[in-house]
Amino acid sequence: MKILVCITHVPDTTSKIQFTENNTKFDKNGVQFIIGPYDDYALARAVELKEQLGASLTVLNVGEAETEPTLRKALAIGADDAIRINAFPKDSLFVANQIAAIAKQNNYDLIMMGRESIDFNGGMVHGMVGEMLGIPSISPVMKLEIDGDTVKMAREIEGGKEYLEAKLPLIAGCQEPIAEWKIPNMRGIMSARTKPLQVLEPVSDETATNVTTYQLPPAKGAVKLIDKDNVAELVKLLKNEAKVL
Amino acid sequence: MSVLVYIEHADGSVKKNSLEAVSYAKALSDKQGEGEVIAVALGSVAQEELVKVGHAGASKVVHVNDEKLNAGIIQAHSEALAQVYGKVGAKTLILAKSSLGDAVAARLAVKLNAGLVSNVVELPVTASGYKVKRSIYTGKAFAETIVNKEHKILAVKKNAVDLKTDGSDAAVETVTLDIHAENFATKITSTDKAKGDVLLPEADIVVSGGRGMKGPENWGMIEDLAKELGAATGCSKPVSDIGWRPHHEHVGQTGVKVAPSLYIAVGISGAIQHLAGVNSSKCIVVINKDADAPFFKAADYGIVGDAFEVLPKLTEAVKALK
Ligand SMILES: Cc1cc2nc3c(=O)[nH]c(=O)nc-3n(C[C@H](O)[C@H](O)[C@H](O)COP(=O)(O)OP(=O)(O)OC[C@H]3O[C@@H](n4cnc5c(N)ncnc54)[C@H](O)[C@@H]3O)c2cc1C
Ligand SMILES: Cc1cc2nc3c(=O)[nH]c(=O)nc-3n(C[C@H](O)[C@H](O)[C@H](O)COP(=O)(O)OP(=O)(O)OC[C@H]3O[C@@H](n4cnc5c(N)ncnc54)[C@H](O)[C@@H]3O)c2cc1C
Repeated sequence: MKILVCITHVPDTTSKIQFTENNTKFDKNGVQFIIGPYDDYALARAVELKEQLGASLTVLNVGEAETEPTLRKALAIGADDAIRINAFPKDSLFVANQIAAIAKQNNYDLIMMGRESIDFNGGMVHGMVGEMLGIPSISPVMKLEIDGDTVKMAREIEGGKEYLEAKLPLIAGCQEPIAEWKIPNMRGIMSARTKPLQVLEPVSDETATNVTTYQLPPAKGAVKLIDKDNVAELVKLLKNEAKVL
Repeated sequence: MSVLVYIEHADGSVKKNSLEAVSYAKALSDKQGEGEVIAVALGSVAQEELVKVGHAGASKVVHVNDEKLNAGIIQAHSEALAQVYGKVGAKTLILAKSSLGDAVAARLAVKLNAGLVSNVVELPVTASGYKVKRSIYTGKAFAETIVNKEHKILAVKKNAVDLKTDGSDAAVETVTLDIHAENFATKITSTDKAKGDVLLPEADIVVSGGRGMKGPENWGMIEDLAKELGAATGCSKPVSDIGWRPHHEHVGQTGVKVAPSLYIAVGISGAIQHLAGVNSSKCIVVINKDADAPFFKAADYGIVGDAFEVLPKLTEAVKALK
């Protein structure tokens, strides 16, 4: 059994988002980068499956050299080896092409991703790779169990969940509560230093989109406070001023 | 030429966000002369319901009335859409952003060699290249994005355009497609879904509770207000983590991203990860007993007070309005 987990290298969720160079580049100044929270759920479940089934677990990132600490963290959490595709991740199609090429070479049984990246919020790389490989892609997956060659999953739908089954190989875009986030321990961190991290060059330069400029939303005005003993005033304001009732 | 719109339906009605996507397609077509707006519905749904899709701006609905498509099987839906897209000779496909929509659109983009942009918040501008504005960093920024493929798929965020309601009835054409069995390799074994509730991602008003509500036994107050407002209920992450509320109500960075006209947050501190899920709301009301709670900085209106006193009064005041 071979598992691949694809991880993004994204700004910490508390980061202040800013841009530089005339709003054409993300400002990394003072920003801490982390494993995407959804990818972290996928990884945590993959580590459990690895232990349960004796599977091998590879992590993959499409990114420049700066993402290696993020890959090392994934190794510390429990992956066996890592692959970095040495390229700026230009867009979802670019990333999907690289992942599909690696997957074709290595015949993974299960490919786990996050439901979406928290920077570009596409929610599409898993579907694209699924179509490129001709295998099912299911997202957002909140529970995943393996029984022989059958995968039993729960998927979140608007207002509830849906239980489904499919055969390996497949791709799952994961979210909570598939597993609890894992924090690397000292032994994990030590062993991660010597685990293999392979750097490969991209196989295709195709893209579908490119960003020209970034913008920040307009600043919010000050809050209007209403006295707690005058709740009717709030309802009036919502109706007549904000016009939302 | 035409613009195709993928419409989702649940419990016998077309989803409101899908109708908004139809209105988006109509505005797009009017702006750019892209011809007819044709909606596609997959699976069993009543003809009368489909006729009404015209009111939002479609002139025609292609209905693939195959009950095998009732379940949202991603591969089967994307294959059906690809076939209809080819048949009608469209160059653009519009859909509402949703968990099923995203997954279907991604596969479709590969099938059609189309450029897919998600979280679109405005109509495209085509003066120099095909440029769309999308929301990124979970609502904390926008990116002007050029699509460099001939075929385009846009997944539209809620509130990108106003819902149109004055169009004429749509003509419904029922078609049969030949969808290969391998597209049905995923089997849906059961569904567990709240019936009759206002769906959180679609809701125009959301009333959300946090840890300040103290326990699940106090949610009646949240529900009473929500009922009075015709709102959906939401919660913060710790509330769903401890099991006070179901997971699909969890709002924020790692949960549902909402974009209602009105978001009422009760006993929620306003952590940055919670705000990431609500920053597209038109108006935010915060009720918190701590005047220094960070949520007040992101709010339009606020009441500093005890939720247990304020909530019943607010429900009464809303009642009195009617
Ligand atoms: C500094 C920086 C700048 C960037 N600038 C841009 C830009 O201008 N335009 C742009 O489109 N993208 C940019 N990216 C890349 C972005 O992070 C995504 O990797 C890529 O855009 C796909 O995004 P998505 O939102 O469609 O992914 P989604 O479809 O939301 O991702 C779903 C899942 O796919 C997997 N995945 C996604 N991306 C990668 C990856 N790179 N490596 C491995 N697995 C992955 C993860 O498991 C993820 O959870 C940038 C990244 C960095 C670090
Ligand atoms: C990677 C990551 C992702 C995350 N994703 C999310 C997410 O998607 N969504 C999310 O919500 N959180 C998320 N979090 C957690 C987030 O950081 C906060 O911990 C969480 O939002 C706090 O929830 P809360 O406001 O309900 O609780 P608290 O922070 O405990 O706040 C409770 C509030 O209730 C008020 N209060 C108490 N009693 C009363 C009363 N009687 N009347 C009125 N007010 C009262 C208090 O003043 C306080 O402000 C994430 C965290 C991380 C690290």
